[in-house]
Amino acid sequence: MEQLLENFSLDLFVKQTILFLLLIFLMVKFAWKPIMSALNEREEGIQGALDAAENAKKEMASLQADNEKLLKEARAEREAMLKEAREVKTKMIDDAKVEAKDAADKMVAQAQAAIEAERKSAIADLKGQVAALSVEIAEKVVKNELSDKEKQLGLVDKMLGQATLN
Amino acid sequence: MKVASKSITLLVLVFVLSIPFYAFAKADAGKTGEKGNPVNTKEEVKAYIQHHLKDSHDFHLFSTFDDNGVEHHWGFPLPVMLWGENGFTAFMSSEFHHDDEGQVIVTKGESRFVKNHGRIYELEAGATSLTYDEDHHATNASKPFDLSITKSVFGILLIGLLMLIWFSGLARQYKKKNIPTGFARVLEPLVIYVRDEIAKPNIGESYRKFTGYLLTVFFFIWILNLVGLMPFGFNVTGQIAVTAALAVITLVIYVFSGNKHFWGHMLWMPGIPYIFRPLLGVIELAGTLIIKPFSLLVRLFANITAGHTVVMSLVAVGILLQDSLSVAGSTIVSLFLSLFIMLIELLVAFLQAYIFTTLSALFIGMAVADDHHDEELHDEHGETIEDTEVIRKNFT
Repeated sequence: MEQLLENFSLDLFVKQTILFLLLIFLMVKFAWKPIMSALNEREEGIQGALDAAENAKKEMASLQADNEKLLKEARAEREAMLKEAREVKTKMIDDAKVEAKDAADKMVAQAQAAIEAERKSAIADLKGQVAALSVEIAEKVVKNELSDKEKQLGLVDKMLGQATLN
Repeated sequence: MKVASKSITLLVLVFVLSIPFYAFAKADAGKTGEKGNPVNTKEEVKAYIQHHLKDSHDFHLFSTFDDNGVEHHWGFPLPVMLWGENGFTAFMSSEFHHDDEGQVIVTKGESRFVKNHGRIYELEAGATSLTYDEDHHATNASKPFDLSITKSVFGILLIGLLMLIWFSGLARQYKKKNIPTGFARVLEPLVIYVRDEIAKPNIGESYRKFTGYLLTVFFFIWILNLVGLMPFGFNVTGQIAVTAALAVITLVIYVFSGNKHFWGHMLWMPGIPYIFRPLLGVIELAGTLIIKPFSLLVRLFANITAGHTVVMSLVAVGILLQDSLSVAGSTIVSLFLSLFIMLIELLVAFLQAYIFTTLSALFIGMAVADDHHDEELHDEHGETIEDTEVIRKNFT
Protein backbone atom coordinates (compact mmCIF):
# COMPACT_ATOMS: atom_id res chain seq x y z
CA MET A 1 0.00 0.00 0.00
CA GLU A 2 2.76 2.39 0.96
CA GLN A 3 4.63 1.55 -2.19
CA LEU A 4 1.46 2.17 -4.17
CA LEU A 5 1.22 5.63 -2.68
CA GLU A 6 4.93 6.12 -3.24
CA ASN A 7 4.48 5.29 -6.93
CA PHE A 8 1.45 7.50 -7.25
CA SER A 9 2.34 10.75 -8.93
CA LEU A 10 -0.23 13.50 -8.58
CA ASP A 11 1.31 15.38 -11.50
CA LEU A 12 0.77 12.46 -13.84
CA PHE A 13 -2.73 11.96 -12.44
CA VAL A 14 -3.68 15.53 -13.27
CA LYS A 15 -2.07 15.37 -16.71
CA GLN A 16 -3.74 12.05 -17.52
CA THR A 17 -7.15 13.31 -16.35
CA ILE A 18 -6.97 16.45 -18.48
CA LEU A 19 -5.56 14.69 -21.54
CA PHE A 20 -8.01 11.82 -21.28
CA LEU A 21 -11.03 14.11 -20.90
CA LEU A 22 -9.79 15.99 -23.94
CA LEU A 23 -9.38 12.70 -25.80
CA ILE A 24 -12.93 11.61 -24.86
CA PHE A 25 -14.28 14.93 -26.06
CA LEU A 26 -12.41 14.78 -29.38
CA MET A 27 -13.18 11.11 -29.97
CA VAL A 28 -16.88 11.59 -29.27
CA LYS A 29 -17.04 14.60 -31.54
CA PHE A 30 -14.97 13.36 -34.46
CA ALA A 31 -15.22 9.60 -34.26
CA TRP A 32 -17.80 7.92 -32.06
CA LYS A 33 -20.81 10.10 -32.88
CA PRO A 34 -20.51 9.84 -36.67
CA ILE A 35 -19.52 6.15 -36.45
CA MET A 36 -22.45 5.28 -34.19
CA SER A 37 -24.98 7.16 -36.27
CA ALA A 38 -23.61 5.60 -39.48
CA LEU A 39 -23.73 2.12 -37.94
CA ASN A 40 -27.27 2.65 -36.68
CA GLU A 41 -28.33 3.95 -40.05
CA ARG A 42 -26.77 0.97 -41.79
CA GLU A 43 -28.32 -1.49 -39.37
CA GLU A 44 -31.72 0.11 -39.77
CA GLY A 45 -31.24 -0.05 -43.55
CA ILE A 46 -30.41 -3.75 -43.38
CA GLN A 47 -33.36 -4.38 -41.09
CA GLY A 48 -35.61 -2.45 -43.46
CA ALA A 49 -34.37 -4.43 -46.47
CA LEU A 50 -34.91 -7.71 -44.61
CA ASP A 51 -38.40 -6.65 -43.59
CA ALA A 52 -39.20 -5.66 -47.16
CA ALA A 53 -37.97 -9.02 -48.45
CA GLU A 54 -40.05 -10.80 -45.84
CA ASN A 55 -43.10 -8.77 -46.84
CA ALA A 56 -42.50 -9.47 -50.52
CA LYS A 57 -42.26 -13.17 -49.71
CA LYS A 58 -45.52 -13.03 -47.81
CA GLU A 59 -47.18 -11.14 -50.64
CA MET A 60 -45.91 -13.68 -53.14
CA ALA A 61 -47.29 -16.49 -51.02
CA SER A 62 -50.66 -14.81 -50.73
CA LEU A 63 -50.68 -14.12 -54.48
CA GLN A 64 -49.91 -17.74 -55.15
CA ALA A 65 -52.67 -18.81 -52.82
CA ASP A 66 -55.02 -16.44 -54.64
CA ASN A 67 -53.98 -17.90 -57.96
CA GLU A 68 -54.58 -21.38 -56.74
CA LYS A 69 -57.96 -20.39 -55.41
CA LEU A 70 -58.87 -18.78 -58.70
CA LEU A 71 -57.73 -21.83 -60.61
CA LYS A 72 -59.77 -24.07 -58.37
CA GLU A 73 -62.80 -21.88 -58.83
CA ALA A 74 -62.35 -21.87 -62.60
CA ARG A 75 -62.00 -25.60 -62.61
CA ALA A 76 -65.13 -26.00 -60.55
CA GLU A 77 -66.98 -23.62 -62.82
CA ARG A 78 -65.89 -25.54 -65.89
CA GLU A 79 -66.97 -28.75 -64.22
CA ALA A 80 -70.34 -27.23 -63.44
CA MET A 81 -70.73 -25.90 -66.96
CA LEU A 82 -69.85 -29.22 -68.50
CA LYS A 83 -72.26 -30.99 -66.24
CA GLU A 84 -75.00 -28.55 -67.10
CA ALA A 85 -74.30 -28.93 -70.81
CA ARG A 86 -74.44 -32.68 -70.50
CA GLU A 87 -77.73 -32.42 -68.69
CA VAL A 88 -79.11 -30.06 -71.29
CA LYS A 89 -78.01 -32.42 -74.03
CA THR A 90 -79.67 -35.46 -72.45
CA LYS A 91 -82.77 -33.47 -71.78
CA MET A 92 -82.91 -32.24 -75.36
CA ILE A 93 -82.44 -35.72 -76.70
CA ASP A 94 -85.06 -37.08 -74.37
CA ASP A 95 -87.45 -34.30 -75.28
CA ALA A 96 -86.86 -34.89 -78.97
CA LYS A 97 -87.42 -38.59 -78.53
CA VAL A 98 -90.67 -38.02 -76.68
CA GLU A 99 -91.82 -35.55 -79.28
CA ALA A 100 -90.95 -37.82 -82.15
CA LYS A 101 -92.71 -40.71 -80.49
CA ASP A 102 -95.74 -38.58 -79.93
CA ALA A 103 -95.77 -37.46 -83.53
CA ALA A 104 -95.33 -41.02 -84.78
CA ASP A 105 -98.03 -42.28 -82.47
CA LYS A 106 -100.31 -39.56 -83.69
CA MET A 107 -99.62 -40.42 -87.29
CA VAL A 108 -100.12 -44.12 -86.67
CA ALA A 109 -103.38 -43.36 -84.89
CA GLN A 110 -104.48 -41.14 -87.74
CA ALA A 111 -103.57 -43.80 -90.28
CA GLN A 112 -105.41 -46.45 -88.34
CA ALA A 113 -108.43 -44.19 -88.07
CA ALA A 114 -108.29 -43.55 -91.81
CA ILE A 115 -107.97 -47.27 -92.58
CA GLU A 116 -110.87 -48.05 -90.27
CA ALA A 117 -112.96 -45.39 -91.92
CA GLU A 118 -112.03 -46.73 -95.39
CA ARG A 119 -112.85 -50.25 -94.33
CA LYS A 120 -116.13 -49.16 -92.87
CA SER A 121 -117.03 -47.22 -95.97
CA ALA A 122 -115.90 -50.17 -98.15
CA ILE A 123 -118.01 -52.59 -96.16
CA ALA A 124 -120.94 -50.21 -96.34
CA ASP A 125 -120.40 -49.86 -100.07
CA LEU A 126 -120.19 -53.63 -100.50
CA LYS A 127 -123.30 -54.08 -98.47
CA GLY A 128 -125.09 -51.57 -100.71
CA GLN A 129 -123.81 -53.29 -103.88
CA VAL A 130 -124.69 -56.72 -102.53
CA ALA A 131 -128.14 -55.46 -101.69
CA ALA A 132 -128.55 -53.89 -105.10
CA LEU A 133 -127.19 -57.02 -106.80
CA SER A 134 -129.46 -59.20 -104.79
CA VAL A 135 -132.38 -57.00 -105.64
CA GLU A 136 -131.39 -57.08 -109.32
CA ILE A 137 -130.90 -60.79 -109.28
CA ALA A 138 -134.11 -61.19 -107.51
CA GLU A 139 -135.85 -58.98 -110.02
CA LYS A 140 -134.35 -60.90 -112.94
CA VAL A 141 -135.12 -64.19 -111.36
CA VAL A 142 -138.52 -63.09 -110.57
CA LYS A 143 -138.99 -61.78 -114.06
CA ASN A 144 -137.61 -64.98 -115.62
CA GLU A 145 -138.95 -67.50 -113.26
CA LEU A 146 -142.30 -66.08 -113.03
CA SER A 147 -142.79 -67.55 -116.42
CA ASP A 148 -141.53 -70.99 -115.59
CA LYS A 149 -142.23 -72.23 -112.19
CA GLU A 150 -139.86 -75.13 -112.39
CA LYS A 151 -137.20 -73.07 -113.69
CA GLN A 152 -137.78 -70.45 -111.17
CA LEU A 153 -137.29 -72.75 -108.34
CA GLY A 154 -134.24 -74.27 -109.96
CA LEU A 155 -132.78 -70.92 -110.38
CA VAL A 156 -133.36 -69.95 -106.82
CA ASP A 157 -131.63 -73.08 -105.66
CA LYS A 158 -128.79 -72.56 -107.99
CA MET A 159 -128.28 -68.97 -106.99
CA LEU A 160 -128.51 -69.70 -103.40
CA GLY A 161 -125.87 -72.36 -103.87
CA GLN A 162 -123.60 -69.96 -105.58
CA ALA A 163 -123.92 -67.08 -103.16
CA THR A 164 -122.45 -67.91 -99.85
CA LEU A 165 -122.92 -65.05 -97.62
CA ASN A 166 -120.20 -64.38 -95.36
CA MET B 1 -8.56 13.25 -46.65
CA LYS B 2 -7.57 9.64 -46.76
CA VAL B 3 -4.22 10.53 -48.20
CA ALA B 4 -3.75 13.11 -45.47
CA SER B 5 -4.51 10.68 -42.66
CA LYS B 6 -2.22 8.10 -44.23
CA SER B 7 0.61 10.52 -44.46
CA ILE B 8 0.11 11.59 -40.84
CA THR B 9 0.20 7.98 -39.73
CA LEU B 10 3.31 7.45 -41.79
CA LEU B 11 4.91 10.50 -40.26
CA VAL B 12 4.21 9.24 -36.75
CA LEU B 13 5.60 5.83 -37.64
CA VAL B 14 8.73 7.27 -39.18
CA PHE B 15 9.16 9.45 -36.14
CA VAL B 16 8.84 6.51 -33.76
CA LEU B 17 11.09 4.29 -35.81
CA SER B 18 13.81 6.89 -36.20
CA ILE B 19 14.07 7.44 -32.46
CA PRO B 20 16.88 4.95 -31.91
CA PHE B 21 19.06 6.69 -34.47
CA TYR B 22 19.06 9.94 -32.60
CA ALA B 23 21.54 9.73 -29.84
CA PHE B 24 21.14 12.70 -27.60
CA ALA B 25 23.45 11.82 -24.83
CA LYS B 26 26.98 12.85 -24.49
CA ALA B 27 29.39 10.24 -23.34
CA ASP B 28 28.39 9.65 -19.82
CA ALA B 29 30.42 7.95 -17.16
CA GLY B 30 28.70 4.88 -15.73
CA LYS B 31 27.10 5.86 -12.51
CA THR B 32 26.57 2.56 -10.81
CA GLY B 33 28.71 -0.49 -10.76
CA GLU B 34 31.94 -0.69 -12.63
CA LYS B 35 32.61 1.33 -15.70
CA GLY B 36 31.79 -0.39 -18.95
CA ASN B 37 29.81 -2.96 -17.16
CA PRO B 38 26.29 -3.52 -18.38
CA VAL B 39 23.47 -4.57 -16.13
CA ASN B 40 24.42 -8.05 -15.07
CA THR B 41 23.92 -8.65 -11.39
CA LYS B 42 20.74 -9.52 -9.57
CA GLU B 43 20.57 -6.13 -7.86
CA GLU B 44 21.21 -4.26 -11.06
CA VAL B 45 18.52 -6.24 -12.86
CA LYS B 46 16.07 -5.50 -10.06
CA ALA B 47 16.92 -1.81 -10.12
CA TYR B 48 16.67 -1.79 -13.92
CA ILE B 49 13.20 -3.37 -13.84
CA GLN B 50 11.98 -0.95 -11.20
CA HIS B 51 13.41 1.93 -13.14
CA HIS B 52 11.60 0.78 -16.26
CA LEU B 53 8.28 0.49 -14.46
CA LYS B 54 8.50 4.12 -13.41
CA ASP B 55 7.69 7.11 -15.49
CA SER B 56 10.70 9.02 -16.74
CA HIS B 57 11.52 12.42 -18.12
CA ASP B 58 13.36 11.22 -21.19
CA PHE B 59 12.74 8.56 -23.74
CA HIS B 60 15.48 6.07 -23.12
CA LEU B 61 15.60 3.05 -25.39
CA PHE B 62 18.90 1.33 -24.67
CA SER B 63 22.46 1.98 -23.64
CA THR B 64 25.70 0.89 -25.25
CA PHE B 65 29.27 0.83 -24.02
CA ASP B 66 32.12 1.80 -26.24
CA ASP B 67 35.65 0.40 -26.13
CA ASN B 68 36.65 2.80 -23.37
CA GLY B 69 33.84 1.55 -21.19
CA VAL B 70 31.88 4.76 -21.55
CA GLU B 71 28.13 4.43 -21.48
CA HIS B 72 26.08 5.88 -24.33
CA HIS B 73 22.36 6.30 -23.98
CA TRP B 74 20.15 6.00 -27.02
CA GLY B 75 16.80 7.70 -27.15
CA PHE B 76 15.60 11.28 -27.18
CA PRO B 77 14.92 14.00 -24.64
CA LEU B 78 11.44 15.17 -23.74
CA PRO B 79 10.40 18.65 -22.68
CA VAL B 80 10.37 19.39 -18.98
CA MET B 81 7.79 21.94 -17.87
CA LEU B 82 7.67 22.97 -14.25
CA TRP B 83 5.51 25.27 -12.16
CA GLY B 84 7.74 26.07 -9.23
CA GLU B 85 8.25 28.83 -6.76
CA ASN B 86 9.41 31.22 -9.44
CA GLY B 87 6.68 30.46 -11.89
CA PHE B 88 6.82 28.48 -15.10
CA THR B 89 10.04 27.00 -16.43
CA ALA B 90 10.63 24.83 -19.44
CA PHE B 91 13.73 23.06 -20.75
CA MET B 92 14.67 19.78 -22.38
CA SER B 93 15.34 16.80 -20.18
CA SER B 94 18.76 16.38 -21.79
CA GLU B 95 19.99 19.15 -19.49
CA PHE B 96 20.00 16.66 -16.64
CA HIS B 97 22.52 14.52 -18.57
CA HIS B 98 20.76 11.32 -17.51
CA ASP B 99 21.35 12.06 -13.91
CA ASP B 100 18.71 10.50 -11.72
CA GLU B 101 20.50 10.81 -8.40
CA GLY B 102 20.20 14.52 -7.71
CA GLN B 103 23.78 15.31 -8.80
CA VAL B 104 23.29 17.58 -11.80
CA ILE B 105 21.79 20.95 -10.97
CA VAL B 106 19.95 22.76 -13.74
CA THR B 107 19.80 26.47 -13.09
CA LYS B 108 17.00 28.42 -14.75
CA GLY B 109 16.71 31.98 -13.59
CA GLU B 110 16.57 31.87 -9.82
CA SER B 111 15.40 28.27 -9.64
CA ARG B 112 17.70 25.31 -9.41
CA PHE B 113 16.36 21.89 -10.24
CA VAL B 114 17.65 18.40 -9.60
CA LYS B 115 16.19 15.08 -10.64
CA ASN B 116 16.13 12.16 -8.24
CA HIS B 117 14.46 8.80 -8.88
CA GLY B 118 12.24 10.18 -11.59
CA ARG B 119 11.12 13.21 -9.58
CA ILE B 120 12.27 16.78 -10.12
CA TYR B 121 12.98 18.88 -7.04
CA GLU B 122 13.55 22.59 -6.73
CA LEU B 123 16.42 23.26 -4.36
CA GLU B 124 15.94 25.81 -1.66
CA ALA B 125 18.13 28.88 -1.67
CA GLY B 126 21.62 28.09 -0.54
CA ALA B 127 21.31 24.34 -0.87
CA THR B 128 23.92 22.78 -3.11
CA SER B 129 22.77 19.19 -3.11
CA LEU B 130 19.75 17.19 -2.15
CA THR B 131 19.59 15.89 1.41
CA TYR B 132 17.12 13.36 2.78
CA ASP B 133 15.58 12.39 6.06
CA GLU B 134 15.16 8.78 7.19
CA ASP B 135 11.99 8.28 5.12
CA HIS B 136 13.90 9.25 2.00
CA HIS B 137 12.07 12.56 1.67
CA ALA B 138 14.00 15.58 0.50
CA THR B 139 14.58 18.05 3.34
CA ASN B 140 16.01 21.04 1.54
CA ALA B 141 13.94 21.07 -1.64
CA SER B 142 10.36 21.50 -2.75
CA LYS B 143 8.49 19.69 -5.46
CA PRO B 144 7.38 21.93 -8.29
CA PHE B 145 4.19 20.98 -10.12
CA ASP B 146 5.43 18.86 -12.98
CA LEU B 147 3.70 19.54 -16.30
CA SER B 148 6.45 17.81 -18.29
CA ILE B 149 5.81 15.70 -21.31
CA THR B 150 7.14 12.63 -19.55
CA LYS B 151 7.42 9.28 -21.29
CA SER B 152 3.89 8.36 -20.18
CA VAL B 153 2.44 11.67 -21.28
CA PHE B 154 4.25 11.25 -24.59
CA GLY B 155 2.65 7.81 -24.91
CA ILE B 156 -0.77 9.17 -24.03
CA LEU B 157 -0.43 11.94 -26.62
CA LEU B 158 0.89 9.58 -29.29
CA ILE B 159 -1.83 6.97 -28.79
CA GLY B 160 -4.50 9.63 -28.46
CA LEU B 161 -3.40 11.08 -31.78
CA LEU B 162 -3.32 7.63 -33.41
CA MET B 163 -6.82 6.83 -32.10
CA LEU B 164 -8.09 10.15 -33.37
CA ILE B 165 -6.58 9.55 -36.82
CA TRP B 166 -7.77 5.95 -37.09
CA PHE B 167 -11.30 6.38 -35.84
CA SER B 168 -12.03 9.72 -37.44
CA GLY B 169 -10.79 8.05 -40.64
CA LEU B 170 -13.37 5.33 -40.09
CA ALA B 171 -16.02 7.98 -39.40
CA ARG B 172 -15.14 9.80 -42.63
CA GLN B 173 -15.42 6.63 -44.68
CA TYR B 174 -19.08 6.26 -43.76
CA LYS B 175 -19.84 9.49 -45.56
CA LYS B 176 -19.04 7.87 -48.88
CA LYS B 177 -19.74 4.18 -48.40
CA ASN B 178 -21.57 1.81 -46.15
CA ILE B 179 -18.79 -0.69 -45.70
CA PRO B 180 -15.38 0.71 -44.80
CA THR B 181 -12.27 -0.49 -46.57
CA GLY B 182 -8.66 -0.88 -45.56
CA PHE B 183 -7.60 -0.59 -41.95
CA ALA B 184 -10.96 0.89 -40.96
CA ARG B 185 -12.54 -2.45 -41.78
CA VAL B 186 -10.55 -3.93 -38.90
CA LEU B 187 -11.65 -1.17 -36.54
CA GLU B 188 -15.34 -1.40 -37.31
CA PRO B 189 -16.01 -4.84 -35.79
CA LEU B 190 -14.08 -3.79 -32.68
CA VAL B 191 -16.31 -0.76 -32.27
CA ILE B 192 -19.39 -2.91 -32.82
CA TYR B 193 -18.02 -5.46 -30.35
CA VAL B 194 -17.64 -2.85 -27.60
CA ARG B 195 -21.08 -1.47 -28.32
CA ASP B 196 -22.92 -4.80 -28.52
CA GLU B 197 -20.99 -6.93 -26.04
CA ILE B 198 -19.95 -4.40 -23.42
CA ALA B 199 -22.18 -1.31 -23.49
CA LYS B 200 -25.57 -2.73 -24.45
CA PRO B 201 -25.82 -5.76 -22.15
CA ASN B 202 -24.38 -4.04 -19.09
CA ILE B 203 -26.04 -0.64 -19.26
CA GLY B 204 -29.35 -1.38 -20.92
CA GLU B 205 -31.53 1.08 -22.74
CA SER B 206 -29.58 4.27 -22.03
CA TYR B 207 -26.31 2.83 -23.33
CA ARG B 208 -25.97 5.44 -26.08
CA LYS B 209 -24.94 8.20 -23.69
CA PHE B 210 -22.02 6.20 -22.34
CA THR B 211 -20.66 4.38 -25.39
CA GLY B 212 -18.38 7.30 -26.22
CA TYR B 213 -16.59 7.00 -22.89
CA LEU B 214 -16.52 3.19 -22.95
CA LEU B 215 -15.13 3.05 -26.49
CA THR B 216 -12.46 5.62 -25.69
CA VAL B 217 -11.40 3.90 -22.49
CA PHE B 218 -11.38 0.45 -24.14
CA PHE B 219 -9.18 1.41 -27.07
CA PHE B 220 -7.00 3.67 -24.91
CA ILE B 221 -6.21 0.87 -22.46
CA TRP B 222 -5.91 -1.84 -25.08
CA ILE B 223 -3.61 0.04 -27.42
CA LEU B 224 -1.43 1.30 -24.56
CA ASN B 225 -1.24 -2.23 -23.12
CA LEU B 226 -0.09 -3.47 -26.51
CA VAL B 227 2.37 -0.61 -26.93
CA GLY B 228 3.69 -1.51 -23.47
CA LEU B 229 4.58 -4.95 -24.86
CA MET B 230 6.53 -3.44 -27.73
CA PRO B 231 10.17 -2.59 -27.30
CA PHE B 232 9.73 1.17 -26.95
CA GLY B 233 9.66 1.08 -23.19
CA PHE B 234 6.19 2.50 -22.64
CA ASN B 235 4.54 1.58 -19.39
CA VAL B 236 1.55 3.91 -19.36
CA THR B 237 -1.20 1.61 -18.11
CA GLY B 238 1.24 0.37 -15.46
CA GLN B 239 1.32 3.87 -13.95
CA ILE B 240 -1.00 3.92 -10.99
CA ALA B 241 -1.72 7.61 -11.58
CA VAL B 242 -3.02 6.80 -15.06
CA THR B 243 -5.25 3.93 -13.93
CA ALA B 244 -6.41 6.05 -10.99
CA ALA B 245 -7.42 8.85 -13.36
CA LEU B 246 -9.40 6.39 -15.49
CA ALA B 247 -11.10 4.87 -12.45
CA VAL B 248 -11.98 8.30 -11.08
CA ILE B 249 -13.56 9.28 -14.39
CA THR B 250 -15.68 6.10 -14.24
CA LEU B 251 -16.58 6.97 -10.64
CA VAL B 252 -17.60 10.49 -11.56
CA ILE B 253 -19.72 9.22 -14.44
CA TYR B 254 -21.68 6.71 -12.42
CA VAL B 255 -22.05 8.93 -9.38
CA PHE B 256 -23.48 11.76 -11.47
CA SER B 257 -25.71 9.57 -13.62
CA GLY B 258 -27.07 7.57 -10.67
CA ASN B 259 -30.85 7.82 -10.45
CA LYS B 260 -33.21 7.95 -7.46
CA HIS B 261 -33.59 4.19 -7.41
CA PHE B 262 -29.81 3.70 -7.25
CA TRP B 263 -29.27 6.12 -4.35
CA GLY B 264 -32.41 4.94 -2.58
CA HIS B 265 -31.32 1.33 -2.61
CA MET B 266 -27.82 2.26 -1.60
CA LEU B 267 -28.55 4.51 1.36
CA TRP B 268 -31.86 3.13 2.63
CA MET B 269 -32.14 -0.45 1.41
CA PRO B 270 -35.77 -1.50 1.37
CA GLY B 271 -36.81 -4.92 2.59
CA ILE B 272 -34.50 -5.28 5.57
CA PRO B 273 -35.10 -4.39 9.23
CA TYR B 274 -34.78 -0.66 9.89
CA ILE B 275 -31.92 -0.92 12.36
CA PHE B 276 -29.64 -2.43 9.72
CA ARG B 277 -30.37 0.14 7.08
CA PRO B 278 -27.92 2.87 8.17
CA LEU B 279 -25.19 0.29 8.64
CA LEU B 280 -25.80 -1.18 5.22
CA GLY B 281 -25.96 2.34 3.80
CA VAL B 282 -22.47 3.09 5.08
CA ILE B 283 -21.12 -0.16 3.67
CA GLU B 284 -22.78 0.40 0.31
CA LEU B 285 -21.56 3.99 0.15
CA ALA B 286 -17.99 2.89 0.88
CA GLY B 287 -18.33 0.18 -1.76
CA THR B 288 -19.58 2.58 -4.39
CA LEU B 289 -17.27 5.50 -3.73
CA ILE B 290 -14.05 3.74 -2.69
CA ILE B 291 -13.95 -0.02 -3.27
CA LYS B 292 -15.30 -0.11 -6.83
CA PRO B 293 -12.90 2.51 -8.29
CA PHE B 294 -10.06 1.18 -6.18
CA SER B 295 -10.57 -2.34 -7.53
CA LEU B 296 -10.63 -0.91 -11.04
CA LEU B 297 -7.41 1.04 -10.71
CA VAL B 298 -5.46 -1.61 -8.81
CA ARG B 299 -6.52 -4.46 -11.11
CA LEU B 300 -5.26 -2.75 -14.24
CA PHE B 301 -2.12 -1.35 -12.60
CA ALA B 302 -1.20 -4.65 -10.93
CA ASN B 303 -1.80 -6.78 -14.01
CA ILE B 304 0.27 -4.62 -16.29
CA THR B 305 3.04 -4.07 -13.76
CA ALA B 306 3.19 -7.78 -13.02
CA GLY B 307 3.29 -8.56 -16.74
CA HIS B 308 6.18 -6.17 -17.36
CA THR B 309 8.04 -7.47 -14.31
CA VAL B 310 7.62 -11.10 -15.34
CA VAL B 311 8.67 -10.50 -18.94
CA MET B 312 11.76 -8.57 -17.89
CA SER B 313 12.62 -11.10 -15.20
CA LEU B 314 12.44 -13.91 -17.73
CA VAL B 315 14.66 -11.93 -20.08
CA ALA B 316 17.04 -11.50 -17.16
CA VAL B 317 17.15 -15.29 -16.81
CA GLY B 318 19.30 -15.24 -19.90
CA ILE B 319 21.86 -13.11 -18.04
CA LEU B 320 21.67 -14.44 -14.52
CA LEU B 321 21.68 -18.17 -15.23
CA GLN B 322 24.64 -18.13 -17.59
CA ASP B 323 26.83 -19.71 -14.92
CA SER B 324 24.64 -22.72 -14.32
CA LEU B 325 23.12 -23.24 -17.78
CA SER B 326 25.86 -21.98 -20.10
CA VAL B 327 25.27 -19.04 -22.42
CA ALA B 328 23.30 -20.97 -25.04
CA GLY B 329 21.19 -22.85 -22.48
CA SER B 330 20.17 -19.79 -20.50
CA THR B 331 19.41 -17.88 -23.68
CA ILE B 332 17.17 -20.66 -24.98
CA VAL B 333 15.37 -21.02 -21.65
CA SER B 334 14.94 -17.28 -21.38
CA LEU B 335 13.72 -16.92 -24.96
CA PHE B 336 11.28 -19.79 -24.67
CA LEU B 337 9.84 -18.62 -21.36
CA SER B 338 9.59 -14.98 -22.35
CA LEU B 339 7.99 -15.88 -25.67
CA PHE B 340 5.44 -17.95 -23.80
CA ILE B 341 4.71 -15.20 -21.29
CA MET B 342 4.57 -12.64 -24.11
CA LEU B 343 1.70 -14.59 -25.68
CA ILE B 344 -0.12 -14.59 -22.37
CA GLU B 345 0.56 -10.88 -22.00
CA LEU B 346 -0.95 -10.33 -25.42
CA LEU B 347 -4.13 -11.91 -24.11
CA VAL B 348 -3.89 -9.99 -20.83
CA ALA B 349 -3.56 -6.73 -22.76
CA PHE B 350 -6.95 -7.32 -24.33
CA LEU B 351 -8.46 -8.92 -21.25
CA GLN B 352 -7.62 -6.02 -18.93
CA ALA B 353 -9.02 -3.50 -21.39
CA TYR B 354 -12.15 -5.65 -21.66
CA ILE B 355 -12.48 -6.06 -17.90
CA PHE B 356 -11.97 -2.38 -17.14
CA THR B 357 -14.52 -1.37 -19.77
CA THR B 358 -17.02 -4.06 -18.81
CA LEU B 359 -16.84 -3.24 -15.11
CA SER B 360 -17.18 0.46 -15.87
CA ALA B 361 -20.23 -0.34 -17.99
CA LEU B 362 -21.59 -2.57 -15.24
CA PHE B 363 -21.17 0.12 -12.57
CA ILE B 364 -22.80 2.69 -14.83
CA GLY B 365 -25.54 0.18 -15.60
CA MET B 366 -26.21 -0.34 -11.89
CA ALA B 367 -26.45 3.41 -11.41
CA VAL B 368 -28.91 4.03 -14.25
CA ALA B 369 -30.98 0.84 -13.89
CA ASP B 370 -34.71 1.44 -13.59
CA ASP B 371 -36.90 0.26 -10.77
CA HIS B 372 -37.69 -3.27 -11.85
CA HIS B 373 -39.97 -4.18 -8.97
CA ASP B 374 -43.09 -3.73 -11.06
CA GLU B 375 -41.95 -6.24 -13.60
CA GLU B 376 -42.32 -9.92 -13.03
CA LEU B 377 -39.16 -11.90 -12.77
CA HIS B 378 -38.86 -15.14 -14.63
CA ASP B 379 -36.69 -18.13 -13.97
CA GLU B 380 -35.05 -20.11 -16.73
CA HIS B 381 -38.19 -22.15 -17.32
CA GLY B 382 -40.19 -19.02 -17.87
CA GLU B 383 -42.13 -19.32 -14.66
CA THR B 384 -42.72 -16.31 -12.53
CA ILE B 385 -40.43 -15.92 -9.57
CA GLU B 386 -41.94 -14.02 -6.73
CA ASP B 387 -40.05 -11.02 -5.54
CA THR B 388 -38.28 -11.71 -2.26
CA GLU B 389 -39.85 -8.67 -0.68
CA VAL B 390 -43.31 -9.89 -1.56
CA ILE B 391 -42.53 -13.31 -0.12
CA ARG B 392 -41.32 -11.72 3.06
CA LYS B 393 -44.42 -9.53 3.36
CA ASN B 394 -46.69 -12.53 2.88
CA PHE B 395 -44.75 -14.49 5.47
CA THR B 396 -44.95 -12.01 8.32
